[in-house]
Amino acid sequence: MITTGLTPIITEHWDKPDLYTIEGYRRVGGYQGLATAMKMDPDAIIGQIKDSGLRGRGGAGFPTGMKWGFVPQNDGKPHYLVVNADESEPGACKDIPIMLANPHALVEGVIITSYAIRASHAFIYIRGEVPHAIRKVANAVAEARAAGLIGDNILGSGFSLDVVVHSGAGAYICGEETALLDSLEGYRGQPRLKPPFPAVAGLYASPTVINNVETIANIPYILDRGVPWFRQFGTEKSPGFKVFAISGHVVHPGIYEAPLGITMRELLEYAGGIRGGGEVKFWLPGGSSVPMLTAEHLDIPLTYEDMAAAGTMLGTGTPMLFDNTVSVVKAVTRWLDFYKHESCGKCTPCREGTYWITGVLEKFEHGRGTAAEVDTLVNLCSQIAGRSFCALGDAAATPYPAALKYFRAEFEAATSTSADEQFNPVASYVFAEAATR
Amino acid sequence: MTITSDAGSDLTPQVEMVTVVVDGVAIEIPKGTLVIRAAELLGIEIPRFCDHPLLEPVAACRMCLVDIEGVPKPQPACAQVVSEGMQVRTQLTSPVARDAQEGVMEFLLLNHPLDCPVCDKGGECPLQNQAMTAGRPESRFDEVKRTFPKPINVSAQILLDRERCVSCARCTRFAEQIAGDPMLELLERGANQQVGTAVDQPFDSYFSGNTVQICPVGALTSAAYRFRSRPFDLVSVPTTCEHCASGCSLRTDHRRGTVTRRLAWDEPAVNEEWNCDKGRFAFTYQEQGRVTTPLIREDGQLRVASWPEALDFAARGLSAASSHGVLVGGRSTVEDSYAYARFARVALKTDNIDFRVRDSSDEEAQFLRSAVAGTAVRTTYETLEQAPVVLLIAFEPEDESPIVFLRLRKAARGGTRVYAVGPVATRGLAKLSGTLIPAKPGAEPAVLAELAEQVRAELQAPGAVIMVGERIAGIQGGATAVLQLAQATGAALTWVPRRAGERGALDAGALAGLLPGGRPLTEDSARAAVAAAWGVDSLPATVGLAGAELLAAARDGAIGALITGGVELGDLADQSLGRAGLEAAGFVVALENHHSAITELADVVFPVAVVTEKAGTFMNWEGRPRPFAQTFKDALVMSDAVVLGMLAKAMNIAVGASDVAGIRQELGALGAWTGPRAERPNVPAGPVAEGAHLVATWRALIDNGVMQEGEPYLAATAHLVAATVSATTAGALGNPESVTVTGPLGSVTVPLEIGAVIDGVVCLPLNSPGCVLYRDLGVRSGQAVTIKGAL
Repeated sequence: MITTGLTPIITEHWDKPDLYTIEGYRRVGGYQGLATAMKMDPDAIIGQIKDSGLRGRGGAGFPTGMKWGFVPQNDGKPHYLVVNADESEPGACKDIPIMLANPHALVEGVIITSYAIRASHAFIYIRGEVPHAIRKVANAVAEARAAGLIGDNILGSGFSLDVVVHSGAGAYICGEETALLDSLEGYRGQPRLKPPFPAVAGLYASPTVINNVETIANIPYILDRGVPWFRQFGTEKSPGFKVFAISGHVVHPGIYEAPLGITMRELLEYAGGIRGGGEVKFWLPGGSSVPMLTAEHLDIPLTYEDMAAAGTMLGTGTPMLFDNTVSVVKAVTRWLDFYKHESCGKCTPCREGTYWITGVLEKFEHGRGTAAEVDTLVNLCSQIAGRSFCALGDAAATPYPAALKYFRAEFEAATSTSADEQFNPVASYVFAEAATR
Repeated sequence: MTITSDAGSDLTPQVEMVTVVVDGVAIEIPKGTLVIRAAELLGIEIPRFCDHPLLEPVAACRMCLVDIEGVPKPQPACAQVVSEGMQVRTQLTSPVARDAQEGVMEFLLLNHPLDCPVCDKGGECPLQNQAMTAGRPESRFDEVKRTFPKPINVSAQILLDRERCVSCARCTRFAEQIAGDPMLELLERGANQQVGTAVDQPFDSYFSGNTVQICPVGALTSAAYRFRSRPFDLVSVPTTCEHCASGCSLRTDHRRGTVTRRLAWDEPAVNEEWNCDKGRFAFTYQEQGRVTTPLIREDGQLRVASWPEALDFAARGLSAASSHGVLVGGRSTVEDSYAYARFARVALKTDNIDFRVRDSSDEEAQFLRSAVAGTAVRTTYETLEQAPVVLLIAFEPEDESPIVFLRLRKAARGGTRVYAVGPVATRGLAKLSGTLIPAKPGAEPAVLAELAEQVRAELQAPGAVIMVGERIAGIQGGATAVLQLAQATGAALTWVPRRAGERGALDAGALAGLLPGGRPLTEDSARAAVAAAWGVDSLPATVGLAGAELLAAARDGAIGALITGGVELGDLADQSLGRAGLEAAGFVVALENHHSAITELADVVFPVAVVTEKAGTFMNWEGRPRPFAQTFKDALVMSDAVVLGMLAKAMNIAVGASDVAGIRQELGALGAWTGPRAERPNVPAGPVAEGAHLVATWRALIDNGVMQEGEPYLAATAHLVAATVSATTAGALGNPESVTVTGPLGSVTVPLEIGAVIDGVVCLPLNSPGCVLYRDLGVRSGQAVTIKGAL
């Protein structure tokens, strides 16, 4: 099993200037997976994805084949595929590059997946703030339609599919799958009560599969190259490869596609290390919603299971690394401010809790917290986690306890010293060297 | 909970039972029950805000979190259904649940103002109460509370103090799920989330007041009640609504002899927990323009008289006349209507009596005598909810019986198909997902006779219902056609009058040709039995005059004396006939609670009680008696029945009991009639009027009705007064913004709206501000008018 080195698959041909066009994509073997899939029985495709062990790349890591298998068949209802392209997690930037550079991998995956789950209508729900990505995907869909890959009787298989590219309106909550469905139906994006789960009653109360962009982009390669090829990457429980989007105080932030199971230390080497030869102070494996780790965790394999064992989550697989110039108090305050701003307001703990916590954290940031409040905040987070309506509340309750675990002294210092006094903010800027020079 | 184990009965649904344990106590309950309900059955109250038994679960407030064995996180009891063997621990036995609830309560109070001492909800506030049981003694919150400018009007009647809102979404869910008026919606995100409306679309729902009642905090208040009282200073009395035939249970709250507010009261069989805004807010009429003493006419002028003088004056006037008539306005209680029916036959020895002081017909009287009066209850709210199909004729439920509308909407959401025969697919019909079977006004009988085979087949299904409104009286051949359709299909036919007293007056015998309990006057045995009960030798044996015939006879001088009880002249389609009849009648005795056109024409006026001053019964459209007690126990105003009893005494005639208990006993002793019924009408369909524009009209729920006087906030939530026509008709008129509609008596100018109206028909409200059809135009439904674009 390969768990080291870079393994560009989805990103392999990103240096080709016309990869985003159907010709460019075809030239590098695109739509081969579709051709293979259309000769297969839909159930066989679901079986193949199950065998591949592919897990959702949106954050939760739910087995994709199993999710597809939940869709009831022969129920007389229309089925829908919805692609969650509402990438808005702080630190996450992997779906948007995929859609920009390799949109046809997504489109091909959509066609194959729709065929497998017997959906004749697929929706790609893209975050509204990225019109350039929306244009790329819409163009790819139009090209595929013109090429007869979307529409009636695709490749003579008798299978027909329509694909709709839908623009969101800029709410983080719409990345929550049921809120996304409400938004797609034209309602205010707020999470729905489960059960019923989307696989049974999702979009328009019909069976619906909701998958992340990267998950779907994996599908054509698995169909084209097979399960054994796919499973040679990664680990038993986390097979395959991952588009890691590295950001923060690294020399070369960007996209690094590598097998699951690679360590952060190795990825950090590819990214040129921390700027100025500095040290990692803390890092998050996949967006602001996962608990932070420190330099001592750099050698833990980046898999779903190893990250869980380390008390965090792989999440979106988009590591954010922070060096010693950063105030953790300030970082946590920014994240909480984000969750406060993005809390949809539906449930009390998230709506009110983020409001309260942010207010207290802002005091800490300005050196006006109290020693008692250091622990009150822990209690408040525990009143949100596991008690909110959806995972947004859980996510909001994550940064502070994790930060406190490793940097309690910094919060205690913030009862008298502001974050900016503890850490010169200018030093943490990306252009810090130039600024301080 | 009663589960019948009646083997072989396929009407008894098989309920799968499961056993769950709540706080160590096991209970067997139907599968699918929510945990919060299971706990309630055990007497365990789990705190809650967003939960409401008649609304779909939303699990938003998180107040009801409980600990369920095997589930890692606490779960909302309001959304979690029970399963076999489930072990639930509430705040009473689980530290986790207790901690979770206290946490949520602390969060809820963060941004909630501490203004309980000036808040209308203070004293009856679920947040206040539950803060006591589930809250911390002191808040740890030391930051700045979120505030909003306050209050904002979501409608003329409903005010919103946003900072008090806990975002439970009860109001928005009520508006969307129950009323079908989704004008209230949550806006913005996070702590800025707030209830609001679209800029130009206020929450003008007929049911808006319910949101005030179900708001678990003081965020929604009514302009009518805001700052008027503290709940603990009020005396509450259960009552019945007097506004329409729905028969809602209400709670009347009063203080120092004045009604301060009315609430919908819990009556699962009738109004569930809802009522309409008219029933809730229209009660100020009770105090305005009252007749306070007897009045007698002397030298052409009414003057105050003592009771003995007025009674003597009236008795002499009535005794002197050789022919009599009695008009009961359709708003009386069963007991009062019975007193009129008995007084007419016993004291005045006449059968000239009618409760239908409105558009009526002889065909309708035949229909009511033969198919409605004294019949056993067949269609109820409950059967309506389960009906596979409901056909509406001459009936717009949202305006004319709003609680019927709410139950129909509940039924429609459950799969009941609704059809309406008429010229307009109303807003109400759209909310029922109903289908219009188009018929020009007056053409309904023909359309019913040629109903599509598929609809006919649907009506043959068990449980199918045909609902016909009082406007059927204005359609020649309508009642005949409806009866024929019901007979042919087997569908249950039910008559839904508009006024609260009509169904009861019918059963009390306040209609010519009809004795109490649906007894035909023409049946010798029926007459003999009633005569015996009333202690007289005989009763008038020929069917008397009713409706327009009675008024015409009065106009022609053939009626020596008239008694009116709660009559409003404006209710009559032909108002000149009504006025002429009263003017020409030799002697008029009016029993009225308000000064009106009637009291201006009467020779004697007796003050009588309004609903708060007497006990009584309204019989609703189902035929269900809805008794109510006297709100003001020390009111000195007498009911119509008591005044009639005194009048009979002054005439030296014994008429029997005049107190509520006595009359109920008399009515009970008479019982139901099981003998042959009066003959059914057989009237051929009338011609459809000629003309480019035929009028379709009915009374809007909120309009110029006399019992809505003195409530400006309610009046301001009335629907737009406009002439509604089809796009084609509007196009032919040149799509003007407003139109002048002209009839024989004059014109009105109203805005023009395009709606789902059939071509050649103009839909106008019957009695709304700026558009009083009987008075201003002199037209009734089905008649032609001319329309011109207004400048």
